[in-house]
Amino acid sequence: MTSLLQAVAFDSWILHVLVWGPMAAMLHVLLEDEERSGHIAFGWTLALFVVSLGLWWSFTVGDPGFQMASSVPWIEAWGVHYALGIDGISLFMVLLSCFTAPITILGSFRYITRRRKSFYALMLLLQTGIIGVFTALDLMLFYVFFELTLVPMYFIVGVWGGKRRIYAAVKFFLYTAVGSLLMLVGILYLYAATAGAGDGSFAYLDILGVSLSMREQLWLFAAFALAFSIKVPLFPFHTWLPDAHVEAPTPGSVVLAAILLKMGTYGFLRFLLPFFPAASQHPSVVTVMLVLGTAGIVYAAWVAAVQPDAKKLVAYTSVAHMGFVVIGIFALTLNGIQGGLVVMISHGISTGALFLILGMLYERRHTRLTGEFGGLARVAPMLALALVITALASIGLPGTSGFVGEFLALLGTFETHPVTAVIATSGVIFAAYYMLPMVQRVLFNELDREENRSMPDLSRREIFILSPMVALMIVIGVAPTPILERMEPSVEAILERVHTTPPAEEPADS
Amino acid sequence: MTLAPFPSLLQEGAQPAAYEPVLPGLIVLLPLLGFLVNGVLAMRVGARAAAAVRAGADGAEHQDDGHKRWVTLVGPGVVGLSFVLVLLNFAGMFHADLHDPVVVSYWSWMVTGALEVDAALQLDQLSMIMMLVVTGVGFLIHVFSVGYMHDDPGYARYFSYLNLFVFFMLVLVLGASFPVMFVGWEGVGLCSYLLIGFWFQDREKADAGKKAFIVNRIGDFGFLVAMFLVFTTFGTLAFAEVFPEAPALLEYGGATVTAITLFFFLGAAGKSAQIPLYVWLPDAMAGPTPVSALIHAATMVTAGVYMVARMAVLFALAPVSSAVVATVGVLTALLAATIALAQYDIKKVLAYSTISQLGYMFLAVGVGAYYVGIFHLMTHAFFKALLFLGSGAVIHAMHHALHRTHSHADPQDMRNMGGLRASMPVTWITMWIATLAIAGVWPLAGFFSKDEIIWYAGLAASSSYPALFTVLWVLALATALLTAIYMTRLMVMTFHGANRTGREEARHLHEAPRVMTIPLVVLAVLSVVGGWVNVPEEVAASVLGLAGALPTSEWLHHWLEPITAGAAAIRYEHLGEPAHAAPFGGGEVLWAGLSTLAALALVLFTARAAARWKVVPAARAAAPTGFKSLLFNKWYVDEFYDRFVVQPVLAASRFSWRVIDAVLIDGAVNGLGLVTRAGGAFVSLFQTGQVNTYALVLTLGVLAILGFVVF
Repeated sequence: MTSLLQAVAFDSWILHVLVWGPMAAMLHVLLEDEERSGHIAFGWTLALFVVSLGLWWSFTVGDPGFQMASSVPWIEAWGVHYALGIDGISLFMVLLSCFTAPITILGSFRYITRRRKSFYALMLLLQTGIIGVFTALDLMLFYVFFELTLVPMYFIVGVWGGKRRIYAAVKFFLYTAVGSLLMLVGILYLYAATAGAGDGSFAYLDILGVSLSMREQLWLFAAFALAFSIKVPLFPFHTWLPDAHVEAPTPGSVVLAAILLKMGTYGFLRFLLPFFPAASQHPSVVTVMLVLGTAGIVYAAWVAAVQPDAKKLVAYTSVAHMGFVVIGIFALTLNGIQGGLVVMISHGISTGALFLILGMLYERRHTRLTGEFGGLARVAPMLALALVITALASIGLPGTSGFVGEFLALLGTFETHPVTAVIATSGVIFAAYYMLPMVQRVLFNELDREENRSMPDLSRREIFILSPMVALMIVIGVAPTPILERMEPSVEAILERVHTTPPAEEPADS
Repeated sequence: MTLAPFPSLLQEGAQPAAYEPVLPGLIVLLPLLGFLVNGVLAMRVGARAAAAVRAGADGAEHQDDGHKRWVTLVGPGVVGLSFVLVLLNFAGMFHADLHDPVVVSYWSWMVTGALEVDAALQLDQLSMIMMLVVTGVGFLIHVFSVGYMHDDPGYARYFSYLNLFVFFMLVLVLGASFPVMFVGWEGVGLCSYLLIGFWFQDREKADAGKKAFIVNRIGDFGFLVAMFLVFTTFGTLAFAEVFPEAPALLEYGGATVTAITLFFFLGAAGKSAQIPLYVWLPDAMAGPTPVSALIHAATMVTAGVYMVARMAVLFALAPVSSAVVATVGVLTALLAATIALAQYDIKKVLAYSTISQLGYMFLAVGVGAYYVGIFHLMTHAFFKALLFLGSGAVIHAMHHALHRTHSHADPQDMRNMGGLRASMPVTWITMWIATLAIAGVWPLAGFFSKDEIIWYAGLAASSSYPALFTVLWVLALATALLTAIYMTRLMVMTFHGANRTGREEARHLHEAPRVMTIPLVVLAVLSVVGGWVNVPEEVAASVLGLAGALPTSEWLHHWLEPITAGAAAIRYEHLGEPAHAAPFGGGEVLWAGLSTLAALALVLFTARAAARWKVVPAARAAAPTGFKSLLFNKWYVDEFYDRFVVQPVLAASRFSWRVIDAVLIDGAVNGLGLVTRAGGAFVSLFQTGQVNTYALVLTLGVLAILGFVVF
């Protein structure tokens, strides 16, 4: 496999294809009939996913740096580069995004019935933004992609959403835009800082070379952290999420939960820790992040447990899951960050699947209230099986991907902050407390509603959508080592930098 | 007693035959395969049943029995084959002189940095005993289930869950590290959840499954924290590395080892239904009765006892934790026994009896008699599985009889039974054997195991915490007497006296089919002879051992020495030579003789007293009053938990949602938005007012700021 990839110079073009391929697909969709738009989008994303699998083999295990990297000046005068590259951390974000895309599009076929062409075009545009975010090695390029994801998502919620879609879309947009504006200011400050050593540059590696004082680091940390914390979302910046999820159409929710939230924690790892190493281990900063992460785990689980709307329930569980990622990262241990990354992957798959299943139920019954269901296991055993496995992966049953992530994240947190870890571990109790009643109200109890008695089980298309996800939950749960060993060198490198880079001296005039 | 010379045993110079594991992976894999095969069959049956529901059929789903032959073959078959493999391994280990555990590693499960967890199995004397019980008793219960579940539409689904349970239980007892054990630990919990709620259409049953899972997760929380502590202390999670290192790395009675063991014990209390987490087990009786026998009596619920025995070294280093284990065990044993006195549901009596017996096992491992805990675990598996299966046969018969006359009487309420011995002689006799065994009547299995527990509890009184252990010893004796009473009450109400099913129903009462009675008979034999694997030397030589005629002497004790030697050495070093007398004097033979006489006397007394009770069928019975009502209502512990745990958490959840989220946070956010909008009134003059354009404006705004800052 490796030699084949070398023969076609895979490394040199793969990232560009993954970034711009979806945009080409968008043009294709726009030029074709409304009728065929879904199939075209599916074909493209599936092909791109298949191609992306080559990354698994072409990625060099053990190399902590950026691979398949390339950089050309974009706007030379401003020091903006078109620079792409991946390390062990972005590798899995890219793979996860490429894996989710065809599944999401296939999952839209029945849900999206009007203005299909525009819908698929936006989904593809979104995909370009997503891959761009995870591969960009230039801060301005990153920012452009970061904002690029915002616009299609805004329209997906605002146009194809539910009753309160406008409120949700605006809330989503304003929340995230406010955060990213502050980040932009931070980016520009960093740009200015590089200028001291010659021409200014937005290139990631150039900015890594900048030495910042503790004060600068703390301010910049705050600006970046706010943007990413809103994206994660970290408690208490999370209230846009339940609204966005409830109103978003199924595919919107899937991409949001599976991929867009990860951009926040990815940002922590890619930018916050390496750029501001001293601030990242400042005791007050660590305390705040750990407290907010832990609060999110417990608080969101409680709120989730009393939601009558299944989609809102799952939305809140995202806040809880991402809390594990945040504490794992800010424990600043290898196990913590590795665990956080596995939670990101696992949450992407399991929560994505949960939203897909809820969407399938919505297509059948046009409701998301758990009280409207009951006893579905009798009429839809396949759906029941899929929901039970997914729910168990979501609450971290050992043998599923969810356990590996939570276990490592908590273990890593315990190594440096045992009390926080113990409180966060109570999240496993509350996970059962919110998930099992939902499963019971939907699948078990009496099949007492006439409308539910005629409900069809999963169709072939639906089985095709869910089975790779369910399979991955179990495969990652049983054998996560190949993933862990690919991420480890990059995580080590970040930690090394955090622990060994002292802040610059404070400027004399401050 | 021979506790002292353990270290010397390890230095014996004989050349033993090496033990070669025989396909250990297959032992675990077979039940998993059974799960997959039965699972596929169950999905096909489920799809057909679903089609029938959609077509308008109700209740009496279309029965298609073609698949049942395969299920019957595969379900018990895989477990039987596993049992055969276990026997082969047992033979190999029996003839070898194995000191160190054999670890078979399959693949690297979680490797990151210093953490290395392999998917590995550990074969040693302890996991061997557990495997024998799990696959042996498990196989018998699978066979029994063929008869019990035969008419259930979920036949295939039932066996797929049951096979999956055996798989996870084997992972639990064979896992070579804490995380692998935890896979089995939560896996059996999952199967327990699925099987308690097997008849999921019934909300009460589905609720019971959910309750079991959530309460168990409280315990699992403890297990997780304990693992974190172990890893930060030892830098590894593998048994073979942690236990030998423990005496050197941990201070005797230190805070770390005390915390580790207490958190592990929280896990054990969840899984093994001890105070304060026992409340899920009585509700778990909602599952099919063979499930109660396998999971909620013989195997899964004993996992906590296995855990303490497995971690004997750690618990031996933590005298406070050990005292906690013993105390919780005795209190649970006593509390559950009192509740069992006043229950009418035959399965509820057995459920509380199980909790009570599990308490005894914890008393044993809490006073450092680790092998005795495992001994009672084994004998209890025999007689309690027998009692549950027997009650299953009774319920099966009652159900059919009541079904014939369309009666709505409760087939599990003992007030509706009476006089069943006439129609169910095999069940009657085998259950009496189990009753005498659990009551501790010589020479049945329970006599030997329970007697040793009480004996060791008495001995503990002369080492650390003498007052505490004296009290525990007295309470353990008292509980033994209660056991004899509530079990005899169950037998009399079920099988003796006048029949209360109704005349028409009585004509339809029949003995269970042979596929169900044969497992009963096998278990009855085991309930008689099971205790003879460990007849203490003093007892064996006395009249109670028929002056040496009983076949073996302390075999299990010696068999498990490689496991418990480390712990015994620690206890010997810190507590000194164990005593040889009970708190108020007297040797083992004397107390054993006294307790069996007392048990027998109480059985006879209760039987005579119960024969004079006027029992009325449940429908016409008055609610219990006074103290009896307190016992009947289980000391109102469930109500207490609901009031002080469940409702507060729910209230906090609603408060978080309705107040913190909706009012405080969103209020702040929307307020901010309002202020912005007011301030932006001027700007809005230049806007269309359409919300969609905000997006565009904002993007433009970003670009504007960008331009402003750059230039």
